[in-house]
Order: sequence, then C-alpha cells, then structure tokens
Amino acid sequence: MLQGWVIVLTSFAYLGLLFAIAYYADQRADQGRSVIASPYIYSLSLAVYATAWTFYGSVGRAAADGVGFLPIYLGPTLMIALWWIVMRKILRISKLNRITSLADFVASRYGKSALLGGVVTVIAVIGIVPYISLQLKAVSNSFTIVLQYPEIIMPAKIGAVPVLADTAFWVALILALFTILFGTRHLYSAEHHEGMVAAIAFESVVKLLAFLAVGVFVTFGIYNGFGDVFARVVSDQKLAPMLTPLEGVAGSYASWVWLTILSMLAIMFLPRQFQVTVIENVDEKHLNKAIWLFPLYMLAINVFVLPIAFGGRLHFPDGSVDADTFVLTLPMVEKQELLALLVFIGGLSAATGMVIVETIALSTMVCNDLLMPILLRLRRLRLGERPDLTGLLLGIRRGAIVAILLLGYLYFRLAGEAYALVSIGLISFAAVAQFAPAVLGGIFWKGATRRGALWGLIAGFGVWFYTLLLPALARSDWVPRSLLEQGPFGIELLRPLELFGLAGLDQITHAMLWSMIANVGVYVTVSLVGTQTAEEHRQASLFVDIFRREAGGARFWRGTASVPDLYNVLVRFLGVEGAEAAFSEYARARGRRWPEDELEADAEFVHYVETRLAGAIGAASARIMVASAVKEEALELDEVREILDEASQVVVYSHRLEQKSRELEAATAELRAANERLKELDRLKDDFMSTVTHELRTPLTSIRAFSEILLGNPDVELEQRRKFLAIITKETERLTRLINQVLDLAKIESGRAEWHVTRVDMGELVTETLAGMSQVFKEKGIAVETHLPERVPPVQADLDRVIQVLLNLLSNAVKFCAPERGRIEVTVGETPGFVRVDVRDNGPGISPEFQEVVFDKFRQAGDTLTEKPQGTGLGLHISRQIVEHFGGRMWVESRLREGACFSFTLPVETVRAEARSEARVA
Amino acid sequence: MDRLDTKAQRLVALCLLGFLLFNYPILALFNRAGLLFGIPVLYAYIFAAWAVLIALMAIVVGRSRG
Repeated sequence: MLQGWVIVLTSFAYLGLLFAIAYYADQRADQGRSVIASPYIYSLSLAVYATAWTFYGSVGRAAADGVGFLPIYLGPTLMIALWWIVMRKILRISKLNRITSLADFVASRYGKSALLGGVVTVIAVIGIVPYISLQLKAVSNSFTIVLQYPEIIMPAKIGAVPVLADTAFWVALILALFTILFGTRHLYSAEHHEGMVAAIAFESVVKLLAFLAVGVFVTFGIYNGFGDVFARVVSDQKLAPMLTPLEGVAGSYASWVWLTILSMLAIMFLPRQFQVTVIENVDEKHLNKAIWLFPLYMLAINVFVLPIAFGGRLHFPDGSVDADTFVLTLPMVEKQELLALLVFIGGLSAATGMVIVETIALSTMVCNDLLMPILLRLRRLRLGERPDLTGLLLGIRRGAIVAILLLGYLYFRLAGEAYALVSIGLISFAAVAQFAPAVLGGIFWKGATRRGALWGLIAGFGVWFYTLLLPALARSDWVPRSLLEQGPFGIELLRPLELFGLAGLDQITHAMLWSMIANVGVYVTVSLVGTQTAEEHRQASLFVDIFRREAGGARFWRGTASVPDLYNVLVRFLGVEGAEAAFSEYARARGRRWPEDELEADAEFVHYVETRLAGAIGAASARIMVASAVKEEALELDEVREILDEASQVVVYSHRLEQKSRELEAATAELRAANERLKELDRLKDDFMSTVTHELRTPLTSIRAFSEILLGNPDVELEQRRKFLAIITKETERLTRLINQVLDLAKIESGRAEWHVTRVDMGELVTETLAGMSQVFKEKGIAVETHLPERVPPVQADLDRVIQVLLNLLSNAVKFCAPERGRIEVTVGETPGFVRVDVRDNGPGISPEFQEVVFDKFRQAGDTLTEKPQGTGLGLHISRQIVEHFGGRMWVESRLREGACFSFTLPVETVRAEARSEARVA
Repeated sequence: MDRLDTKAQRLVALCLLGFLLFNYPILALFNRAGLLFGIPVLYAYIFAAWAVLIALMAIVVGRSRG
C-alpha cells in the first residue's frame, strides 16, 4: 500500500483539501458570513505553533534527554497567562493602526520608521530560514523513509544527492507554489487571510489526531499502557537515568530556565504567531477562550511523547534509527501501513501549516516594510506616476515567497546535517527573541527611542549570528572550524561558543544570555542618552497610552490636502474598488453619502486615508505616499508636547473657570442689591432734605414778611401792629418747635437719642397730663372724660417721652375738636402683654386714605392746599417712633364726621423688659 | 474596570505560580526515582501541575467576565 504514487497522491489530495477549505472560507468572508469568527477556530489557528518540530522533533529530543522537550510548551503556557495584559494591548494598538505585520508594528511604534521596519524584516527572514529548512528536512526525510517500506532505512546524507534529484528541493518548490496560491491571489484588506486561518485550524486538528493515534498505538498497541513502558525503562540500565534527568544547577536547570524564557518570547514574536494571534484576530474577546484552550492543545499533543520516545529506544536499542523518526518508524516496523500513512500526512500537515503562515507573514514584511519603502524613495518620481501598483505589490510578495523557500532549502543543504531538528528550531527561536525588548519596551516605556530599538536589534542580532548561526555553518565546514576552536584571529576570549570565557552552558543558553545582554543593554542606554522626534513622541504616546486614549491621531497634523489627490493615492494601491469602498465607509460614518456629497480633506480624513493605505502597504510606506499627496507642515517636538500638555491643562482650567464664574455671579447679585438699597436711601434723604427746607422756609417767610411790613410802615395802626407781632411770635414759636422736632427725630432715627427708662404708671401719667392741660381744655370749652381701671400694670418707658406722646395726641384732639361742643375721651386699658391708651375726639374724623398718611413725616390730615396747616406734621411721626421704640404700636381708627380715636400700646413690664431696659440705659 | 484588573492580577499570579512550580528548586524535589501509578515521579508531577495550571487559567478567565 505504501507505494510512492499512493503517498504522492494522498499528499496532493490533502493539500487540495486544505486549499478547498481556504477557498470556501474566503468566499464566505467576501459575502460577509465569516466562518472563522469563533474563539475555537482562533484557538486552533494558534496551534500552528506546533510544527514538524513538535510532530517529529519532540520525540527525538525526549529520546535524548528525557524532559528537554517540555519547556518549549510550558513557556508559552506561562506567557499566555500574561497575554491578558500584554496581548490585549498589542491587539488594541494593532487594530487601531491597522498594523499588517510584526515589522510594521515596530516601525509604527518608533515614529513610523521605514529603516527599523526593514531591519526587523531582514532579521526575521534570516532568523526563520533555519526553521523553514527544518520543515523541509522533516517532510523530505519522512517521505524518503516511508517510501522504503517495509525496510527501515535512514535517509542518505544530505548533499550526497544532486539538487534536482533531491526530494527536499521539490518539496520546497511545491510548498512555494502552494503558498502563493493560498495567500497572494489578491491583496487582502489589512492582511486578513480568512481562508488561511480556516485551513490551518483544520490542519491543527489533523496533526493532533494523527499524533494521538500513533501515541495510542504505541502505548496500548505495542506495549500495555503507560505503566508497562516505564516499568521497562526502569529495568533497563541504559535508560533508567533518563527518568531523573535534571542534574546540577548550572547545567540542566539553567538550560531549562532559558529554554522556558526563550519559548515565552517565541510564542509572541515568531512571525507566524504574530500573524495568527494579532493580525488575523477578528474579535478581542476570543482571547478569553484561547488563554486556556491553546495550552490545553499543547498538553494534549505532548501526552504521548514520552511513551513513543522510550518505546522507540526500547525497540531500536542500537541507535541505528534516528529518534526524530520514531513517530513514523514504529508503526512501520509493526506493519501498520494505514497508520504510517496517517502519520506521514500528519507530519506533512504540521510542516505545511508552518510554511504557509510563516512565508506569507515574511513575504508581507518583505513587501511592505523592506522593498516598498526603498522603491518608493529611490524611484519616487516613476512609481508616483504609475496608476495602479497592485500588480507590483503582488509580484513582490510572490517573489519573496519563492526566495524564502529556496533560502530554506539552501540552509538545509549547507547546515541541515549538523543538528537534530529541535536544535535547528531553537536557533530560530533565539533570533526572534531579539524582537522582545523593542516590542515589549515599546508598549510600556514611552521613553524608548527609535535609535535605541535600532541599535539594540543590531547588537542582539549580531551576537546571535556570531554565537549560533556561524557555529552551525562551521560544523558543516562551510566556515573554518578553527573559528570555533581558537576564536577569530586566534583570540580565544572571543570563541563563539564560549564568549568571554563563559563555559559550561549549552549553546542556546549561552547565546541567549549574551544576545539579551547586548540587546537590552544597548536598547536602554541609547534610548536614555538620545532624544525623540515629534513623530516618535506622538507614536509612543499612542502606543503606551492606548487604553486611555481615543483614536486621536488626527490631532497632530497640520497641512493642506485635496480629496482627488487622496483618492488617487488609494486607487493606486487598493484599486478603484478598494478606494470607492474606503470613501463610502468614511462618508457613511459621518451620515453622508459618497460620491453625492463632498468630503472635506481635513486632518481626520487624511488620517483615515493613511490608515486604510497602511492596511495594504504598511505604515511607513503609507506615510510616504500620503505625505507626497498632501503638503504637510512638520510639527516640532515642542509643539507636539505643547498640544499634549494643553489638552490636559484645558481640563483643569475649565474646572477652575466654572468655579470662578459661579462665585462671580453671586457677588454681582449682592452688589446689585446693595446698590438698590443705597439709591433708595439716597432718594429718601433727598426727600427729607427738600421737605424740611420747605417746612422751615414757610414760617420764616411769614416772619420776614410781617417784619418788613412793620419796619416799612410806621403808620400801621396799633391794633394791626399788635396782631402782626402776635403772628410773628407765633410763627417763631412754630419754627422753634419744628426745629426741635426735626432735631429730635434725627436723634431718634439715628439711634443717638437718650432714653431714660423707668417704671411708669400709665394711669397716674394720664391723670397728671390731663391735669396739666386742664387750662387748655377750659379755654376751648372741651369736655374731657377718662376711663381708668383700678390697677394699671406698670410699663418700662422713658417718662418724658410718654408724656410727649400723650401731649401730642391730646393737643391734636383739641385742635380738631369743635369749640364748646368738643369731647375728648381718654381710656386706659389692658390687652395681653400690653397697656393700651385710647384718645378719642368728636372732630371731623380722618378719611381712610389719610389714616396711614398722618403718621408720615410732614403729613397732616386734610388738604394742605386749602387748609392752613395747624402743626408741624412731625408730631404723630415722632410719637409713633417713640412708641415703637419701646415695642408698642400706634394707630388710628376713624370715620368721617364721626371723630377719630388714636391708640397706642406699650408692653407691660417683664423681667425681659427689665433686662432690655438695662441694656438700653447701658 | 475593576474586575478587569482582578482578572489581570490573577493571571499574572498564575504565571508566577507556574514559574515557581516548573523551576529549581521545586522541580528538583521531584527529580528522583520511583513510579507514581506506573509513571515516573518527575513526569507525573510536570504533567499534573501543567493540567492544574491550565484548569486554573480557564476558571479565572471564565469567571470574571471582563
């Protein structure tokens, strides 16, 4: 069954199946119904990490030293636990900036540096070449072996066969063709290869099943379970030590630790891992499942490694069979043809998956980050005029794929013999590990500069080349062996395998140690010593602060652009369809339609175009193209810093501003109220002044008038003269009274009056006052009646002032009573808490509209135009002030023609009142 | 945001735990002869610890819906 043509046919059938799956998935993606939008597919696609190395090489390593194969999988498990922090950040950044590859990521972070992108690409290509050769070796060897069935013959020494007859060569070409068909049929938007992802998810399942199948077969078919296998190992003298393989600290444990660390970095920075984990990721939430599904896969595929390895050692004790082939040769030796074929396909699957993804990722980098920037710069004039560059881009990528695979074959022929599979692979791991400082530093440390990353990479890569790649070539005699044994130019201290005399470490550990020291040391030192450009600073902020920012890249741009220019740029790299789609999307997001509505070529638009373009040709090239299409003004670093600082300051200022404006409003309101009050008082003062002046002038005018008459007319009769003098006297008295009252009022109102508060008996007071006025009453013929209770509670008041009030009321009553018929009634009563005094007269009364007015200053009842004023107009006002000063009230009750009753109250003396009066006196 | 940080912290703790379990000196404790259910002690330990670690990671990620 295992004839050549069967094997070849099965192989092509399998590859065809993969291609069909990819094609179908791509079709579905174009329709918008993606098949890969599942966390399980995502997790399975990550398993592209397991290549022919895992399939064949793990067993080989285990057969040699027991546990040495495990750190390769334990490391990633530990790293994946950290993915929640690290990978999420990288995912977010990459989505936002439409990162298309690892080189693009590094270039973008350090100021969109095309140089850095190119360096990363070169390192990646050179570093991965051994890894690819390992896959070629595995496939061609397994093919050769299975072809020899039923004999078990190891493949001939590499190089013994001419190239054209070499299976590996043809494998390389076929894989190249296959990969081109797979990944470069057209340009994928943002490098999302949905078909590829679906295909490698499938092949992850195939290789797992194949390995489990052979594992089950060996463990339970050949032997009687795990126990049986290990029991035999224990009893075998040669093999028993392998059960306790970890020796002294410096040796095995150091290797163990460094292998773990190395694998932790490899799971992040292998181009194919970066591609499937970051760039092909469609949903950040898939990370949740992947964090434990992927380690679980790795556990599953490693469970049977040891039984197979020991089984092989037991079965082929003389060492004639290469341990890397146990997976295949064990079924073969037991005549399990179908299983052997399945194993072969499994190994082919593992190798193909790796080659496809790795070379697609590398070719993208070569195109976008190495060649395009160079071509655009060198022949900018010519390329800038070409209407459609999509053909060129595809051509470059295809060429790159073929070249990389041929390089892999070349390495295979030159150095493939020297090492076992695992060792070859570890060389590549160490190469990609050099990216770790630049990337990890880049997303956490804003101060990392472009120069630092560049020189760090160069230093690390240099050490790697010297300590790993060169010795591999030397071992195969392509470089003189004397380099290894005596050092360059005979300098022993610089021997590649024992640099500076550090001996006792295995090669990988030694290389890792020195390369990391060089890489990190140079990276940090150069970054700290140097400065950043404006572009670098902006990108650093964007990357490190990704979780705190919106997509604010557009803010840092100043220039002028035209929409047609930008359109043309997009057409050149995305085709007309791609450009139209991009513009439509942009317009739609703003609620407009393209091409009906006009689009504005502002900072946001330019940024959008640049991002879309980056999805096709990488960030660095996109920058160049857009810059050529628009006239840009460079921002100084200081300006960028200013903008950033401004933004944060504005927030603080606006808070303070709000607060201040609120305080200002309150103060203004207060001021306005105070102003109103002052104006009111001012008006009142003016009123008062004018009124007083008027009142004073009136009697003065009379006095003057009559005095002049008397002076001027000596012939006036005596009777007349006496009359005039009487008037003058009276007016003088009136004037005096008025002035006194004004002064009195002024004193009371300003609070400068002197109050002598004593206990006053209202009853006694009323009686005395009436007695004092009896003469006046008799003259006018007015009858006076009093009503006094037996006992009147005492009040606290100023005796003279109360008399003043009583006199005022009584004299008013007398003034308005008709002579002979007038009656005055004085009543003293009590209301709760107060003593009340009423003075009633039967005069003309006061109409309602004047009842309050009489208490105003200079106001009297009656029309002052027709009736002669009989008083000063101040009496009642002052009386009221006095009464109110002691806490009482004064009012009038009256009806026209029915007389008026003036009343006032004074609070009864209480303890409180006493205290108050004491305070007053004091 | 709070639960996001808890998730991250727990995962970092698991990573450190893994480092501890899979290194000298703890690893050295199991580097001795003997079989556990027919499986050599060292291998049994490594695979068992690995499985437990994965299970813990699954629990931490599944529980906190960040």
